[in-house]
Amino acid sequence: MQEYALIMRHEDGAKIASPEQMQEWMKQTMDWIGSIAAQGKFVSGTGLVFDDARVVQPNNVVTNGPFGEIKETIGGLIRVKADSIDEAVEFAKGCPVLQGEGNTLEVRKIAEHA
Amino acid sequence: MENINRRVKVTSRGGCELVPHLFRREYSKVVAVLVRRFGLEQIEVAEDIASETFLAAVQSWSFEELPENPTAWIYAVAKNKARNHLIRTSKVREIGADELENISGADLSLDLTDANISDSQLRLIFAVCHPAISTESQIGLALRLLCGFGIGEIADAFLTTKETIYKRLQRAKETLCKEAANLEVPDESAIEDRLGTVLMTLYLLFSEGYYSESHPDVLREDLCWEAMRLAQLLLDHPVADRASTRALLALMYFHASRFPARRGAGGDLVLYAEQDESKWDQTLITRGAELLRQASGGASLSKYHLEASIAYWHTIKEDTLEKWESILMLYNHLLQIEYSPIAALNRTFALAKVKGKATALREAEKLPLKNNHFHLLLMAELTLESDRERSRSLLEQALALARTSSDRQTIQRKLDLIGGDGEPHLPTE
Repeated sequence: MQEYALIMRHEDGAKIASPEQMQEWMKQTMDWIGSIAAQGKFVSGTGLVFDDARVVQPNNVVTNGPFGEIKETIGGLIRVKADSIDEAVEFAKGCPVLQGEGNTLEVRKIAEHA
Repeated sequence: MENINRRVKVTSRGGCELVPHLFRREYSKVVAVLVRRFGLEQIEVAEDIASETFLAAVQSWSFEELPENPTAWIYAVAKNKARNHLIRTSKVREIGADELENISGADLSLDLTDANISDSQLRLIFAVCHPAISTESQIGLALRLLCGFGIGEIADAFLTTKETIYKRLQRAKETLCKEAANLEVPDESAIEDRLGTVLMTLYLLFSEGYYSESHPDVLREDLCWEAMRLAQLLLDHPVADRASTRALLALMYFHASRFPARRGAGGDLVLYAEQDESKWDQTLITRGAELLRQASGGASLSKYHLEASIAYWHTIKEDTLEKWESILMLYNHLLQIEYSPIAALNRTFALAKVKGKATALREAEKLPLKNNHFHLLLMAELTLESDRERSRSLLEQALALARTSSDRQTIQRKLDLIGGDGEPHLPTE
């Protein structure tokens, strides 16, 4: 069993959704995570808040971020256990973030520490 | 607490009605005070003195009138025996006359005031739930020392032999000595950790009684009442009165509210869907709701909060979308904190209520629970309308795997229904 990170990428984090819509996404995300957790494969999750973010660039240039020049932004990530990258990909397919146009999920193996 | 005591079955011994579980209750109090007096390394001395005290009571009360105040009688005898023990051991050590002088008077007396009893029991709870000993030993020791269960009763409760229990407790006591466990209540810096172990032990003690593999007989319910009594004891002490403690007790009250309804006439288990709700104990439900309210709103959200909230929803029998959406959310959350097969199955059941059986079936098929008869039963329920043959075959597999006769009866009833021509009306949980 190996651990994988499922990283949720939003094409445009600046798009404002209605509170009702956000609540619906929230519910769907919980159901998605619950489904993985019910299989005993959930490790941990980290949601990233869009408010109050900064982008730090070379030479002490700090901008309000993560939007602006950066087109794509990370909405959050979860860690899962899976027997193979294929199983991790199956988990990723159920993520409600994918309903948003242009959004993607990146599946990455987590480095093992000796 | 008084309500709880009254609920416990009244036993009669030798024709005279004793206070319910007087022996158990007083034994545990006397032992806790003695252990505090003599130290953890002398648990057995404390147990011996307490046992001798109750033996004296049995001998005396069998032939004479019951004393007006049995508790006072017991305490007087316990004090005497403790005093004799202290004098005897001091003589053995051949101490000087001046030291003998010192241990006379107040030093020889046993403090059996309510305050000291309660304080001693709290210290003993933390000592017994020491991380160095296994959980089942913690439960065994708690039943013996804090609940006054006999070795035979503990063996019955765990469906094992007296010898096994005796050895298990012996080893646990030795470990406590070796680990130099003490009787201090953990301070602020350590309380979260140590309380976590204590709550887990009480939770398992309750579960042992509630989800028993055998019939829901009175002894099993007693385990639950004892778990609730000890949780209440924790709440009586500010250091252990935490949100998670309140949430745990709320959870227990919600479950316990169904005791009268789930005990069938023949001693068999009445399933939730078939229970007569008018038998649900509304006093306990109200008390649980109040505890859960007090436990909520803080920064900490324990698994007991989530389980108590789920149990709260089950105290409302009516099926509403709001109820099942809430339960599904709570299970989603609970499974993230701690995976368990039963939570995974219950989540899938809630999912069926919210999103329909087809969606839930796809999720159920992904659960890694091969040859688990509850899993098979859930799948049978989810395929009942869409694929009756598959449903029947799943039930047959479940029947072959079920371990207890009450489980087999339940499954057989479902099989009988599916075999008939009429519309099946199956209980859903």
